[in-house]
Amino acid sequence: MAIASAGLSKSLRRRWRFSEKLIESFILLNGLLAIIVLLGVLFLLLREGLPAFAYTSPWQFFFGTRWYPVSEPPTFGILSFFMATLWVTLIATAIAVPLGVGCAAYLAEVAPASVRETVKPIVELLAGIPSIVMGLIGLLLLSPLVQGLFNLNTGLCGLTAAIMLAMMSLPIIVTVSEDALRAVPKEFREASYALGATQWETVWHVCLPGALSGIAAAIMLGVGRAIGETMTVLMVAGGALAVPYAPTQPMMPMTAAIASGIGNAVRGGPQYQALFAIALLLFLMTFAVNLVADRVLERQKRKFAR
Amino acid sequence: MAALTISRRELTQRTAFSLLVLATAIVTVPVLFIIIYIVVNGAGALSWEFLTQAPSQAGKAGGIFPAIVGTFYLMLGTIIFSLPVGVLAGIYLTEYARANWLTRLINMAILNLAGVPSIVYGLFGLGLFVLAMKFGMSLLAASLTLACQALAMTITTSREAVIAVPREYREGSLAIGTTKWQTIRHVILPQALPGVITGAILAMSRAAGETAPILVVGAAFILPGLPTSPFDQFMALPYHLYTAAAHVPGMSKVTIWGIALVLLVVVLSFNSLAVFIRIRVRQRRFGS
Amino acid sequence: MNMNHALLNNRAAHNNETKLKTEQVSLFYGTFQALRNISLDIREKAITAIIGPSGCGKSSFLRLFNRMNDLIIGARVDGRVVIDDTNIYDRDIDVVELRKRVGMVFQKPNPFPMSVLENVAFGPRRHGKKNRHELEGIVERSLRQAALWDEVKDKLGQSALALSGGQQQRLCIARVLAVEPEVILMDEPCSALDPIATLRIEDLMRSLSSDYTIVIVTHNMQQAARVSDMAAFLMMEKDRAGILVEYGPTSQIFTNPQDKRTEDYITGRFG
Repeated sequence: MAIASAGLSKSLRRRWRFSEKLIESFILLNGLLAIIVLLGVLFLLLREGLPAFAYTSPWQFFFGTRWYPVSEPPTFGILSFFMATLWVTLIATAIAVPLGVGCAAYLAEVAPASVRETVKPIVELLAGIPSIVMGLIGLLLLSPLVQGLFNLNTGLCGLTAAIMLAMMSLPIIVTVSEDALRAVPKEFREASYALGATQWETVWHVCLPGALSGIAAAIMLGVGRAIGETMTVLMVAGGALAVPYAPTQPMMPMTAAIASGIGNAVRGGPQYQALFAIALLLFLMTFAVNLVADRVLERQKRKFAR
Repeated sequence: MAALTISRRELTQRTAFSLLVLATAIVTVPVLFIIIYIVVNGAGALSWEFLTQAPSQAGKAGGIFPAIVGTFYLMLGTIIFSLPVGVLAGIYLTEYARANWLTRLINMAILNLAGVPSIVYGLFGLGLFVLAMKFGMSLLAASLTLACQALAMTITTSREAVIAVPREYREGSLAIGTTKWQTIRHVILPQALPGVITGAILAMSRAAGETAPILVVGAAFILPGLPTSPFDQFMALPYHLYTAAAHVPGMSKVTIWGIALVLLVVVLSFNSLAVFIRIRVRQRRFGS
Repeated sequence: MNMNHALLNNRAAHNNETKLKTEQVSLFYGTFQALRNISLDIREKAITAIIGPSGCGKSSFLRLFNRMNDLIIGARVDGRVVIDDTNIYDRDIDVVELRKRVGMVFQKPNPFPMSVLENVAFGPRRHGKKNRHELEGIVERSLRQAALWDEVKDKLGQSALALSGGQQQRLCIARVLAVEPEVILMDEPCSALDPIATLRIEDLMRSLSSDYTIVIVTHNMQQAARVSDMAAFLMMEKDRAGILVEYGPTSQIFTNPQDKRTEDYITGRFG
C-alpha cells in the first residue's frame, strides 16, 4: 500500500510538457499580434512622417494652403486636404445619418419580418460592394447627374464624393443602430403602450432615446469609415489643390492626396515624408473616432445589461 | 375633440412611418440599381476571350485573365498570412486570456486595427514590406499588407466561432485528462471550423476588392505574363479597373463595366458563400 | 476508520480502504464561500452519494476531486483533498494526470460530435495510443463495460449525436472508462434521462463499483438509496456556504439519521 501510493503520488507530479508550453507561448504571441501590428503601423508612420517637419513647421503643415512638393524648397501645407476631408465627411454624415437611422428604426421597430428579411441582405450587399466599384458609379453615373443638377463646370466635386461616401457608410450605421434599438428592453415599449402611446410615439420618445448612445456610436463608426475611404474620393472628388469653400467645388481629401502623390514621391524624400505625415494625422483621427465610438457603445451595452 | 386628437396622432404616426419607409427605400433601391446596372452594362463585355486572355493595346483590347489570376493570388496570400495567426489570436482571447488590462488592450487594438484607413495600410506596407524588408513591389508585399488589414476580421470571426463552441465539449475533454491544447486542437477547433471558414471567406472577399493598398505596394496595370513567384509584380482586378476607368483615355465603357462586373461577381459570390455557410451552421447547431 | 460494520451496507462490506478524502476543505468563488470546512473519507470501490438541496454546493464539491473548479476564474480552495496519499491541491500536481485517474460524467450527456468509436478512442488517442488494433480493443472493452456494446457495435462509425439520451450518457461513461481511471465522478448523471434509461445507468454503476471508486451527486433520494453504499448530506448555511451535515452508510442515513436536519430533508420537510 505504502509503496503503491508512493508510486502513484510520484506519477501525479507535474510533468514538463514541452510542446504544450511551446504552443501556449506561440498562441500568446499571436494574441499580442493585434497590438504589435497597430504599434507597428504607428511606429512606421512616426518614423517616416515626423522627418517631414524638418522642412515644414507644424504650423505651416497644418494651416498652410500651398502644397508644392517638387518646388525648391518644397512647401507642404495640407489645409486644403484637411478642409476637403472635413467637407466630404460632414456632408456624407449629414446625408447618411437620417437615412441610416430612419432605415434602422423602420427595420427594428416597424417593418414586418418579411420586409426585414429582404432589406437586411441588401444592406449587407451594399457593404460588400468594393469601394472601387462605388468610385466608378460616382465617376460615370452620379457626377454627370450632379453636374447637371447644380449646373457645374464639372460633376467631379466634393458633393458627388460625399453622396457616394454616404452610401458607403450606410451599412455600418444601419446595422449598429438597429442592434442598439433592439437592445432596448421590451418592457419599456410595453410600459409606453400601456400609457396609451402610439407606436410612433413609443419609437420616438422611448426607443430612440434609449438607443441614443448606440446610434451615436453608429454615426461615429460611419464617420470613421468616411474619413478613411480612399478610392471613391480619389476618383470623384475632383482633385483640386485649392482650399474648398463650397461642397460643389472639386477638392482633394487627405486620403486622395496620399494615393495620388505616393506613386511619384521619391522614396525617403520630402514629399514621401509629408505624405506619411498626412497618413499619421489620418491614423490619429480615425483612431480617436473609433476609440470614442467604442466607449460610447460599451456604455450603451451596460445600460440595459443586468 | 377626443376623436380629433387621436386622428391627429394617427396622422403623425402615418407621416413618420412613411418617412421611415422612404429612408429605407433610399437606402436599398440604389443598391439594387447599381447591381443591375453593372450586370446589364457589363454583360456585353463578357466573353471567353475576355476572361482568358491577356490585355493588349493598353487594356482596350484583349482580356483581363492576368488580373483575375492576380486577384486570386492576392486572396490566397492574404488568407495564408492572416488566417492562422488570426485563429490563434482568437483562441488566445477565448481560451487563455484573463479579464485584465492586457486583454482590454488587445481588444482595443483589434477594434482600431479595423478602423485604420486602407490607404494607411498601403503606406505601412510600402514602408515595411516593400522597402524595409526589401520584398519590392511584389505579390508577397501586397499579400502581407492586405493580411495586416484583414487581421482584425480574422481575429474577430475566429473569436466568435470559438466562443460559440459549447462549454460541455471543453469539460468533457478536459475531464478525461487531455491537455488544454489537445482539447483546443481536437474538440474546439473542429467545432469552430465552419465559423472560422466563414470569416476567412469574408476576409478574402474584402481583399479581392481592396484597391488603395495595392495601388501603393505594387499592382501593375499591364503585365505580359502571370506572376511566377511571390516576388513578381502582379495585376489585380480592382487596380485594373481603376486604371482603365480613370487613366486610359478612350477606354470603352463596356469594357470598364465588364471588369466591374467580374470583380463584383468574385466579391459577392464569396460573400454569399460565407452567408450560406453561416446559415447552414446555425441550422445544424439549433436544428437537432 | 472505526466504523460500525453492522451498519455497513453489505454490498460493499468487503472493502474498507479510503481512496479519497477531504480535510477541512473550503471553496471560494471570489469572495463568495461555496463550501465550508468539509472533511470526508471516501471508500475505495464503493459508491458514495452526495445529496442535499439544490444550491448547497454538491456539484462544486464533486468538482474538487478532479480540479474542474480550476476552470472557473477566481475559484480558490483551502484545506486538503487527498487521493491515496497525495494532496491534489499541492502546487506541483499535474492536473492532466489527475484527471486521467479521476474521470467525470456530466449532468447532460456531452458526447463529442464525432463517431461513437472516435468518442471512446478520444482519451486513449490523446494519451498517445496510436495503434488502430489496440484502440479498437479498448473501445470494445469500454463499451462492453458501459453495457453499450451490443447496442452500438454495428454503428461504431455513426455520429454519437444520433444515439438516444441514455445511450449517449453510457457512451460518456465508456469514454471515461477508456482512460482507465480509478475514480469516476458522476454529476447528476441521470437528471436528463427518462426512468428506464436511469435504471440502466444505475445498474451500470453497481456493476462498475466492483472495480472503481464512484462518487455521485444526485438530487434524487430514491436513486441515492438504490445505488449508494455511503451517503453524505450537504446543506447550506445562512450565508449560502455548503457544509457537511452528516455522513455514513446509506442505510443509516436513510433509516436512522443522526442529525435532525438530515431527517427533515430525507422525509421531505424541506429541499
